[in-house]
Amino acid sequence: MTTEATTNTGGKPAKKLTMKKRYSALTRDLDWKPSYVTEEQMFPHTTYEGIKIHDWSKWDDPFRLTVDAYYRYQAEKDKRLYSVLDGFAQGQGHLTISEARYLNAMKVFLGGVTPLEYAAHRHFAYLARHYNGPGPRFAALCQSIDEMRHAQTEIHTLSNYNKYYSGFHNFSESFDRVWYLSVPKSYFDDALTAGPFEFLIAIGFSFEYLLTNLLFVPFMSAASFNGDLPTMTFGFSAQSDESRHMTLGLEAIKFLLEQDEDNVPIVQEWVDKWFWRGYRVTAIIAQMLDYMLPRPVMSWKEAFELYFEEQMLGGLFPDLAYYGIKPPRHVEQAIWEKDHLSHVVYETLYNFSFAANFTTTVPDEEHHKWLAQQYPDTYEKTYKPRWDKYEELDKAGKRQYFPGLPQLCQVCQVPMCFPAHDDETQTQFHSEFEGEHYNLCSEGCKWIFEREPGKYRQAWLPVHQILAGNCGGPTVPDVLAWYKFQEGDNGEYVGSVDHKHWIEWHDQIEDVAGETADAGKEA
Amino acid sequence: MTTETRTVSVDIQETENNRALIDAIEADNSELVMRHLPGIVKLQAPGRLEINRASVEERLGREWETHEFQMAIVTLAGNISEWDEDHIVISWGRPVEDDEDDDDDEEDY
Repeated sequence: MTTEATTNTGGKPAKKLTMKKRYSALTRDLDWKPSYVTEEQMFPHTTYEGIKIHDWSKWDDPFRLTVDAYYRYQAEKDKRLYSVLDGFAQGQGHLTISEARYLNAMKVFLGGVTPLEYAAHRHFAYLARHYNGPGPRFAALCQSIDEMRHAQTEIHTLSNYNKYYSGFHNFSESFDRVWYLSVPKSYFDDALTAGPFEFLIAIGFSFEYLLTNLLFVPFMSAASFNGDLPTMTFGFSAQSDESRHMTLGLEAIKFLLEQDEDNVPIVQEWVDKWFWRGYRVTAIIAQMLDYMLPRPVMSWKEAFELYFEEQMLGGLFPDLAYYGIKPPRHVEQAIWEKDHLSHVVYETLYNFSFAANFTTTVPDEEHHKWLAQQYPDTYEKTYKPRWDKYEELDKAGKRQYFPGLPQLCQVCQVPMCFPAHDDETQTQFHSEFEGEHYNLCSEGCKWIFEREPGKYRQAWLPVHQILAGNCGGPTVPDVLAWYKFQEGDNGEYVGSVDHKHWIEWHDQIEDVAGETADAGKEA
Repeated sequence: MTTETRTVSVDIQETENNRALIDAIEADNSELVMRHLPGIVKLQAPGRLEINRASVEERLGREWETHEFQMAIVTLAGNISEWDEDHIVISWGRPVEDDEDDDDDEEDY
């Protein structure tokens, strides 16, 4: 086996070691035992969570990744991406996407996801210092660098659209200020303020393994389908790292479970908590897939069934049952919700897009048909009538916006819009803590709140902050000025700055071409 | 060990570069189910899916190292239960011990 490998390396210097031995030599063998401090002094953060690790060397990295291979392949991934970006910019690619409103999905992505990549970069760097074992430290180091690469390539890619379209220009500050972006921000802050093992289960396992497919895969397919080659390329480029992160997450949970039986109940609670926390963040993805794409590619429901129910509940959890791990608490609500989630969330965003860095609009006829097909049990019965009502109002010149501020959930910070599976009229849950009243969107968030009320009582809830006078002033224009919004960033898509430009630019092409290039003109 | 009937899956970017890889996987996994999504091919197989360097090289007409699989993969469902110079195996169930350990005198740590 060893000699075969040696003869198969082409013109490169002969390798004497197998992949496994190289990995061992270049990661594990570079470790040393501290001599002038104790191990406890060198790694002070890995005991307080109650997790017991007896043998760090049992951590397995199936990718057998070494520094040289890592950088070689990452460099190649970046080269491929940047050649696509160049071609796109030179070829006026911003005019070839399906329609300007497609970019609303990218505004949400840049505002809500890219800053999480950066936060992940920071925290994996911390883990790369603080785990006792060299295996997990090296895996965390690679992931830290990956996450930085993702943040940079996403910003770089989407900066091409910022030259022509609204809503992209202040994404970083928006993340700290704009109300709906507190959903992903508070989620990740929650993970950053947890211990090193909880973070690993929160982000490494629950997010990367259980849920990331729902975020990236249909989304990148949608970019491909909507003519957004740069996003498709950065998405796949990032996602190729993601499979490594997924593997890390899966190894992490198995490692913790195998190390000590006492770890099992702790890990189970983290899986319960972080499945629900992460799942609530994916509500933003659900509405993107179903409503924001002019050419939809896969419904939230289908993506959830394929990537979560089939692959995770059907594939992964039977494996974890061996260790005594059960499917996450409240998963039945998520399964039931797949018929409702995107609709209630997009309706909420439609009502509050006057205060968001993207625009919304009522789905057109074709889109209604597609939604009715995808959601035979709920769309025509419950959700289409609402859109019909909004459309009627819009035609009468009274475009609907909610005339106030929404009640946010204390944990996930999403407006409380989710119907409960055992009672569709129930969208409000409550809890008391030290004489104070707290509002929660679901059984899942209520359970999370009551586990750690002292943590969640400190949440920075945008609506409360506006009312407390911390967001630029008491009126909507004051708050939007504090968000640094410009004309065209927010509100209704039809007649917006982006919509007008889109028509204008395509009319120009038509004039030049002397033929009808009508695509995308109709709203 | 659990029964191996659960589906494992790997999603690969649908590019010219990856065509040989996809063909090789198809040839080596008789029960493979392929599904095309924009930009992606989703490959699913009951219980186990393997990728063999020799098959890929045969179709690619050049040398191919298994690390290159990282350039092609979008996501997977299953454990990577084997990854060495010659094979990558994705399966459910508890991974089998690496056979390389047998002739391995190294210290793991």
